[in-house]
Amino acid sequence: MATATNRMLGHLGDSVERLEDPPLVTGKGRFVGDINFPDQLHMRIVRSDHAHGKIISVDTSAAEAVPGVVAVWTTENIDDVPPIDFREGSDPTLALFRQYPLARELVRYVGDPVVAVFAEDPYTAEDAAELVVIEIEPLPVLINADDPPQDFKGQATTEAAIVEQGYGDIDTTFANAFKVVEIDVKVSRHTGVPMECRGAIGRYDEARDVLEMYGAAKVPHRNRDTLCRMLNRPASGLHLFEGHTGGGFGIRGELYPEDVLVCVAAMRLRRPVKWIEDRREHLMAANHSRQQRHIIRAAVAEDGEVVGLDDELYLDQGGYIRTHGTRVANMTTGTLPGPYRFPVYRSICHFRLTNKTPAATYRSPGRCESTFVRERLMDAVAVAMDMDPIALRRRNLISLEEMPYGRALDVLGDSVEHDPGDYAGLLDQGLAQIGWDDLQKKLAKRRANGEMVGAGISMFFEKSGLGPSDGAKIFVDNEGFIEVVTGGASIGQGFETAMAQIAAEDLGTDYRRIRVVHGQTNRIDYGVGAHASRATVLTGTAVSLTAQAVRAKALDMAAELLQTSADSLTITDGVVHAKDNPTGPSLTLGEIAEALIPTSKLRGDREPYLKGEEWFHIEHQTYPYGHHIAVVKVDPDTGGVEIEKYFIAYDIGRAINPMMIEGQLVGGLAQGVGGALFEEFTYSETGDPQAVTFADYLIPTLQEVPDPEILLTEDFPSIRTPLGIKGAGEAGITGAAGAIASAIDNAIGIPGAVTETPVSPQRLKKILSEHGK
Amino acid sequence: MKPAAFEYHAPTTIDEAVALLAEHAPNDGRILAGGQSLVPTMAFRLARPTHLIDINNVANLDKLAIESGALCIGATVRHAQFHTPACDGVLGRLLTDVVSNIAHYPIRQRGTFCGSVAHSDPASEWCMVAATLDATMIAQSASGERLIPAKDFFETVMTTALNEDELLREVRIPVLSDDTVYGFQEFNRRAGDFAISMTLVTYQLEGGKIVDPHVGVGGAEDRPRRIAEAEAALAGQTPGDDAFRAAADAAAAAIDPMEDHATNAQYRRDLTATLVRRALENAAS
Repeated sequence: MATATNRMLGHLGDSVERLEDPPLVTGKGRFVGDINFPDQLHMRIVRSDHAHGKIISVDTSAAEAVPGVVAVWTTENIDDVPPIDFREGSDPTLALFRQYPLARELVRYVGDPVVAVFAEDPYTAEDAAELVVIEIEPLPVLINADDPPQDFKGQATTEAAIVEQGYGDIDTTFANAFKVVEIDVKVSRHTGVPMECRGAIGRYDEARDVLEMYGAAKVPHRNRDTLCRMLNRPASGLHLFEGHTGGGFGIRGELYPEDVLVCVAAMRLRRPVKWIEDRREHLMAANHSRQQRHIIRAAVAEDGEVVGLDDELYLDQGGYIRTHGTRVANMTTGTLPGPYRFPVYRSICHFRLTNKTPAATYRSPGRCESTFVRERLMDAVAVAMDMDPIALRRRNLISLEEMPYGRALDVLGDSVEHDPGDYAGLLDQGLAQIGWDDLQKKLAKRRANGEMVGAGISMFFEKSGLGPSDGAKIFVDNEGFIEVVTGGASIGQGFETAMAQIAAEDLGTDYRRIRVVHGQTNRIDYGVGAHASRATVLTGTAVSLTAQAVRAKALDMAAELLQTSADSLTITDGVVHAKDNPTGPSLTLGEIAEALIPTSKLRGDREPYLKGEEWFHIEHQTYPYGHHIAVVKVDPDTGGVEIEKYFIAYDIGRAINPMMIEGQLVGGLAQGVGGALFEEFTYSETGDPQAVTFADYLIPTLQEVPDPEILLTEDFPSIRTPLGIKGAGEAGITGAAGAIASAIDNAIGIPGAVTETPVSPQRLKKILSEHGK
Repeated sequence: MKPAAFEYHAPTTIDEAVALLAEHAPNDGRILAGGQSLVPTMAFRLARPTHLIDINNVANLDKLAIESGALCIGATVRHAQFHTPACDGVLGRLLTDVVSNIAHYPIRQRGTFCGSVAHSDPASEWCMVAATLDATMIAQSASGERLIPAKDFFETVMTTALNEDELLREVRIPVLSDDTVYGFQEFNRRAGDFAISMTLVTYQLEGGKIVDPHVGVGGAEDRPRRIAEAEAALAGQTPGDDAFRAAADAAAAAIDPMEDHATNAQYRRDLTATLVRRALENAAS
């Protein structure tokens, strides 16, 4: 069967090419900007240029007078539309802080949508938008989440919530500690910056009473549900459609004011309404993320065991609470202990609004921040205890014997149950591969010669496969083509390829014969999209179970037709044949499908069609793990940092397509390097955003991002999924800032020097000069 | 991010171009060459010219040749034309070393040398080259041409001595003698970014002593210029660490650095000292 094997590409574990790439690399992609409908209008948003203020008046008359302008809306035109609700359902304790699609009474950040202009073309819409006059009475601006909270609408303060998690007796533990080590560290404001900005097209089909939104991404089904709730429409009369998506990273595809506006406008103006975001808007209007300050202390025993961890943090949520509610606070406090035992733990998050762009999730939310903070602390403990940083970490890692390891912590409504994994074992493998001991000697020698070079490590555990459930449908047509219908989403990560590979494994066919549907709410009732590194874990397992059911049905039908037992049959390259006789009597999947059509006399009492629909319910999330190692060189004269070498070790459990996983790790690292060294949203004292172009918001280029060495292991398949799959989407970023910060400390010979990201040349130069270097 | 309305003109002769400029400049008519700076600012509506006079079809603006001891660079000569030396000798090599620091490859295919000089961004490499090497700018208007030395050309951020009806037709850079040595240094956060500071230095040696030193600094102040104090610290000295550090410190002390939300004056000053010293070390090596 050598020839058949060659033709049957793309089973589990094969680094095959991506199914989705041919249209993307030949200019045939269909992104939201490529989608147009006859008679469509174009929407332009007029945004607040005040960070905080009371809306005194809005004069739209000049804009309305511009030829080609069809409507100009303020919040009064849509006073029946509620604020944008939370994805996980209504939450009365947070409801007050939600954002209306157009600002009502107050503006709360520069970029807050105030007016929507609808015109025949985008130029006219932008011309008219400039003529809108908004009078704002300024109110005091709150920039820092660690400053005292202010009043919020006379009904609350800007401290919208306090999220606390922990276990054990903190006071006693710290009172009895051999040593207490405290640090005060900050993570700056970053965001995902997908290559494609946001966009949305609303279209109302009066003939069928169906409202449609194009440009959906990430969580189309969840957004449909929220829109149905907000607009009082049945799910059968509101559909979202995902096209090609130029990156998501958590920020693209949430339900934003503009999405609601195009839907409402399409119904009321009775014409399709298109909105395409420009980059300047994107950097002030799409979700930001990350900004936190942690004051954290460790109680340490004499042998280096960290017996207690006590954290207080200030999370800068920005102007409103968007679809995620307090999710980032929950994940930060729920994952802060990471791969270490920490028998006593407490984290208190002050979840506070400020007058900046609203914040939410961005690739590795909560873990990226908490890993930086925790690994900074572990380095500080090592210094305080005069221990080697690797030895200190080893002393505290959860051991394989303790697995699965549960903690009384909540992450996304799920208690933390570490999958079995050998954290110390992977550390051994990683250090051996990179030649850690030899590296230390070489770096010490170079430092002795005057160079500022150093290495640092950051260990982490990830969470992936957010449940609880996902389903899939598979249909095989009479020609043997296979359609896999999912409620997943493709944001560029290779979703179609992964699903096709999983289905191909059980259906015994080439993955290229499989068409994967995602992000279309009219094709499947349920879906949870692509987020939280869950698509391959959850949707992939549902596809696998469905493929197994379809395979069983195909073999059952074939057994009757071939007058043998199903057990004796197998499928090779879409052909069912006897296991022990590949060239004997056979049937193609298409022929079997034909035997199963409703009118077929061969079908017997089987359900019509060669198809299946199965569900997968996961008990807990899965917990992959790994570490990052960075080697850097600091230029003491400029404060510049060059990453000389980078290493990522990661246990994925079961790799569906190793090439795509490496792509995820490399891409994540690029964003991790951005956060560690380059990217930062800064604001003036009056709340003016200072990074609204790529000249000021510095995403790293290929020149600045190292090509990492990757150790991808499959040593510990997850016990939560039948295929052992754990997620891959976020591990490339999670450890980056911690490893780079640690390496910089090591290079400049100042322990604990880096307390804040990004480590800009100016910041580093200041650190060096303060230490006389 | 759509530009405001404008009228577009595509003249084919210089006379036609400058006539159109004379007519429309009072209403913010602007020359369009490579468009790599102007068009993005139009998209942001920070610039909203009512008329654009596109000179890409104008004959005889693509000159790139040595005439009378100077390299003459016409108004439509692209950055990419310096990827290989535009002339023999030291100057050709110098310009090729500098050009790879200008933005990114696709931008260099379209952006023009003269466009950069006329735009006068303080962080423009070509502006600093023109200032350091005492280039002469040829300004053309309907009423004739005018020669402007570099030291009088760059006034402040995006402001030059060009009158509104003048087209920067050509820049002339004196050819460097074969015994000229040079060093170029630029520092920015990412490859291709605007320089936080940069420097170009040249000198010759006579009897082991530095003669005719030029030390230009760009990106740090509101305009690029030669730093006389640094040059004085070099003239007549033996190349080496003492002279180079003295010149670097003199340059850092002499400049009036710009400040913005990301970079303070002290950082730019310290950085300038480092870059001048390193450029001099490059020149000597």
